[in-house]
Amino acid sequence: MATEKRFSDKLKTYLLFAGPTTLVFLTVIILPFLFGIYLTLTNWDGIAKTYTFVRLDNYLTVFKDPVFWNSFLLTVRYVLYTVVIVNTLGFILAYALTGNSVRGQNLLRTGFFIPNLIGGIILGLVWKFIFSTVLVFIGRSLEIGALSYSWLANPNKVLWTLIIVSVWQYSGYMMIIFIAGLSNIPRDLIEAATIDGASGFHRLRSIVLPLMVPSFIVTVFLTIQRGFMVYDVNLALTDGGPFKSSELISMHVYKKAFLAQQYGVGQSQAFLLFVLVAAISLTQVYFTKKLEVEA
Amino acid sequence: MRTLQRTLKILKSISLYALLVIYLSPFFFVLINSFKSRREIISNPFNFPDVWSLNNFINAFQRMNFASAFFNSLVITIFSVVIIAVLSSMTAYLFVRTDWRINKIMFFAMVAAMLIPFQAIMIPLVQIYGGLNLLNSRWSLIYMYLGFGSSFAVFLYHGFIKSIPLELEEAAMIDGCSRLQVFFKIVFPLLKSTTLTLIILNVLWIWNDFLLPSLVLISPVNRTLPLTTFYFHGTYTSDYGLLMAALMLTILPVIIFYALTQKHIIKGVMEGAIKA
Repeated sequence: MATEKRFSDKLKTYLLFAGPTTLVFLTVIILPFLFGIYLTLTNWDGIAKTYTFVRLDNYLTVFKDPVFWNSFLLTVRYVLYTVVIVNTLGFILAYALTGNSVRGQNLLRTGFFIPNLIGGIILGLVWKFIFSTVLVFIGRSLEIGALSYSWLANPNKVLWTLIIVSVWQYSGYMMIIFIAGLSNIPRDLIEAATIDGASGFHRLRSIVLPLMVPSFIVTVFLTIQRGFMVYDVNLALTDGGPFKSSELISMHVYKKAFLAQQYGVGQSQAFLLFVLVAAISLTQVYFTKKLEVEA
Repeated sequence: MRTLQRTLKILKSISLYALLVIYLSPFFFVLINSFKSRREIISNPFNFPDVWSLNNFINAFQRMNFASAFFNSLVITIFSVVIIAVLSSMTAYLFVRTDWRINKIMFFAMVAAMLIPFQAIMIPLVQIYGGLNLLNSRWSLIYMYLGFGSSFAVFLYHGFIKSIPLELEEAAMIDGCSRLQVFFKIVFPLLKSTTLTLIILNVLWIWNDFLLPSLVLISPVNRTLPLTTFYFHGTYTSDYGLLMAALMLTILPVIIFYALTQKHIIKGVMEGAIKA
């Protein structure tokens, strides 16, 4: 259906249909991305008119910076727990809420999804109140030692507040993706297995889970991506404290660049983070793809 | 055997509903405490308020400039979402229907760029647009949302347009319609369900977004709802009743929107995830 024969006609059509998109894509994504790589090679503080090239010094600084790696490892721990719990809970919810075995199935689905509608900042502030006031009140009234002081003030427990809120926030979202996957599993396959005498657990393990691998690829990918990039909940709930014990990597990068004014180092951290997360995500997709089976 | 199965079924229902109550309880606590004074909240956050007074809500509404923040969020979300849908569908249409080399390069670049997280771009983005004095404007923010939203949108439309048969368009072209007319009269209406999916996903993202607007919108008059709520919390840290009322004010519009459109939202998330 190519009606444009001449180059000038092609150019006109391209500019008309794809011109604006191309312009915003280049100026908002590609240009900053390239300029970002350039920034990592300088010692610019964001204000000075002049700056010098420092070659790979920024990257060396990052590699040798224990605070960066502490924050990164903390984030890895957070991501591991979140990925496992979110996907387990999301799958259990989806499995329980398909096939009309429960009255009010749609109401339950709708309800579990609600936290996803509200932004991380608001969710963080809601839970700040729950952790600092409601749970402490329960702990003191019922004399439960672990709850009688705010977890937000305890460096050993504060990471768990972030994990709890993220699990609460994302399990409903992943549930929806799992429900979509479960409804694509052919009914007759399950029925045949039931007639052959397979128990519920057996059906789940040998038929449902293998066929759900494509859904897991998506949900695990999404949880890893969002986990490494989490910022809003971190800021509103803990602000990295107490004593940086909950400063996840995104917040660390933000503070390095915008508060400490070390743009070169901050951007090197951000770029390194991008490479690490991309590598982790692609490895995950590559290995989980191998688990896929045909129905 | 029958009775055992029935008991199990009832147990399953009870535990699911119990879990739902736990899930939604944080909102419930915010709600009942939003009517109370600080003293009442600290003495017992579980009590219902002595008097159901709207004072906290009125105060919060005025002091956080709710109306202005809500309006800013509305303008930014509506403009971004609509423009992303129109421009991206046009682009995807061109990419599917013509096989020029530039199309392939651009499409590949856009899909690859979806892997780049916002954090890898935010520092140079602020540097570049700050240097050009383009920060602190709602229109700059909308422009950036077009950039961050168009890759996924083009990708989503691309997948769907491929499945539309060519015959209708060819007939229209023979009748003398230009490519642009063909697109808006024939193709765009066929994309309705994809457009709806995209709009839902983008509304959820842009309405709730914090980091990008916090970097772009500097002066208080431009702030969106999440920004205003966050800074309000920083100012009135210990006035719990007021804070809870502010949170309720921010949450309520979303819940109402959800109640009206929940079927589409759930469907949109399912389709978005399957295609992505």
